[in-house]
Amino acid sequence: MAKVKSLADLKKMKEKLQSDISLRENSKHPEGMVRVKVAMATCGIASGAKDVMEFFTVNLQKRNVDAIVTQTGCMGYCYAEPTVEVKLPGQEPVVYGFVDIKKADEIIEKYIKQGEPVDGIIPVNYETIDKK
Amino acid sequence: MSENIKQIRVALRNCGFINPESIDEYIAADGYEALGRVLTEKTPEEATKEIIDSGLRGRGGGGFPTGVKWDIARKVESDQKYVVCNADEGDPGAFMDRSILEGDPHSVIEAMAINGYCIGADKGLVYIRAEYPLAIERLKTALDQAREYGLLGEDIFGTGFNFDIEIRYGAGAFVCGEETALINSMEGHRGEPTFKPPFPAQSGYLGKPTNVNNVETFANIPVIFNKGAEWFASIGTEKSTGTKVFALAGKINNVGLIEVPMGTTLREVIFEIGGGIKDGKKFKSVQTGGPSGGCLTEKHLDTPIDFDNLLESGSMMGSGGMIVMDEDDCMVSVARFYLDFTVEESCGKCTPCRVGNKRLYELLDIISKGNGSNNDLDKLRNLGEVIIDTSLCGLGQTSPNPVLSTMDNFWDEYLAHVEDQRCPAGQCKDLIRYEVIEENCVGCTACARNCPVNCISGERKEIHHIDQSLCIKCGACFEKCRFNAISVS
Repeated sequence: MAKVKSLADLKKMKEKLQSDISLRENSKHPEGMVRVKVAMATCGIASGAKDVMEFFTVNLQKRNVDAIVTQTGCMGYCYAEPTVEVKLPGQEPVVYGFVDIKKADEIIEKYIKQGEPVDGIIPVNYETIDKK
Repeated sequence: MSENIKQIRVALRNCGFINPESIDEYIAADGYEALGRVLTEKTPEEATKEIIDSGLRGRGGGGFPTGVKWDIARKVESDQKYVVCNADEGDPGAFMDRSILEGDPHSVIEAMAINGYCIGADKGLVYIRAEYPLAIERLKTALDQAREYGLLGEDIFGTGFNFDIEIRYGAGAFVCGEETALINSMEGHRGEPTFKPPFPAQSGYLGKPTNVNNVETFANIPVIFNKGAEWFASIGTEKSTGTKVFALAGKINNVGLIEVPMGTTLREVIFEIGGGIKDGKKFKSVQTGGPSGGCLTEKHLDTPIDFDNLLESGSMMGSGGMIVMDEDDCMVSVARFYLDFTVEESCGKCTPCRVGNKRLYELLDIISKGNGSNNDLDKLRNLGEVIIDTSLCGLGQTSPNPVLSTMDNFWDEYLAHVEDQRCPAGQCKDLIRYEVIEENCVGCTACARNCPVNCISGERKEIHHIDQSLCIKCGACFEKCRFNAISVS
């Protein structure tokens, strides 16, 4: 990767990265990708998030779902670990708590494949700095 | 802001949203833009003034105005200065620094570089406890990425400003969160505090001017430049601006990490965001500020949380651990638990802390065993006050807080232990008795079979009996009895 040599460089880079992400996630086009984020801080990993992440990575591919699975830090819902955020193309992200392998399977089959809601959604209870 | 949403994520803005091991995702989320703008558009003096104007106060516990601290370090002349990030999170029950480093390490790196530019330092050090392996790993990854992108190293953003960061490991001593002890530990000496002045800003790491800030403080810095000092100051209260991250733990339904504007009340935090007390029990107390803080009660629930209000209530902000206690918790035991921790963690350099806390612990131990007198209660208070007045560093100056605040708020409980040899919460083992209620006992033998010391006797279908001289008060009989035939008194 090229070095960031000036503020203009950084801004260019940011715009490119942002548009890549939004193309990937927000296009209503069938090729839009599902994005799964697994909270993988110490707390999540201790509750089994690694297994859940592997399950998503392996099974989404096996079941022919075009998706990106990434890790994030702590989402703050320690009582409900492991937590997983799922974003379907062109939709608002949804966070699920207490996601074990069984729940992950249900999320793939019902929510990701058919768009049917699945129990265990943690409601958004914060504001982001952009909205405030 | 809508009525039912109480949280705003500022320090945690990226935690749980971006991949902490990807610098690209951080840049896409406005990352390093603050650093770029500060380096190219502002003088160190202007940038420091922005932090002063934002009203940001140190999130590690003391609440000293961050901008003022930077300004002092900036004005000292020296050939070499250092920026230090204090990631030696030691309070029991607090884990926000770990979460930030695991979830958004670049924000701390960016802020340290800004700090370096403001005070004229080209070197940063992160002092992190070795017990945080994942945080260390992610921080290292982030440092490598930042160097690769040229965001650390030489001639950053083509401005001629150089800055790089090294990691230093702590062995997990609580006292090393105190900045002078931390600096001693980084230099390879014993982790003991020294007198202030000189402050680290005058003579710190290797005798050079050093600015030490906590992880959460740093995590707020880039936002202040991206959104403006005025925006930041508009959140929170007049004297405590911005937000604070709290780690909710204990007998609360939604254990976790939250971030609320300063000035939010304890009631909102515990009952609305925290979801109330576990198992429908009654709220008794909340411990804030770790071993340096105190226990607040029902009457403090509507106090807006900020640095000054908490101090006034006999507790402190500390790093933001909040341990919630219900009606089953004995406040004398709680005070003894924290004292046990302080005695263990005292570095031993000054006498009030080394000996005083030990004596304080012994007094609490006597009281919790039912052998205390009213005289002991007086001694407890006097000794506590002397330790606060005479200790060298923040550890000793605050260690009696859990004792004094529980004495202030739960005096009845101390009296019950001393005068009636009774523990109202039924927690102090030496003060409780398990007995068979003869009318209810059906002789099922469940208690006798589960007693680990075989102190329950009785034939099948006959009334059983507990031998008090052998009973270890484990409570197994009480839990196993299905006929309500065991009483606790």
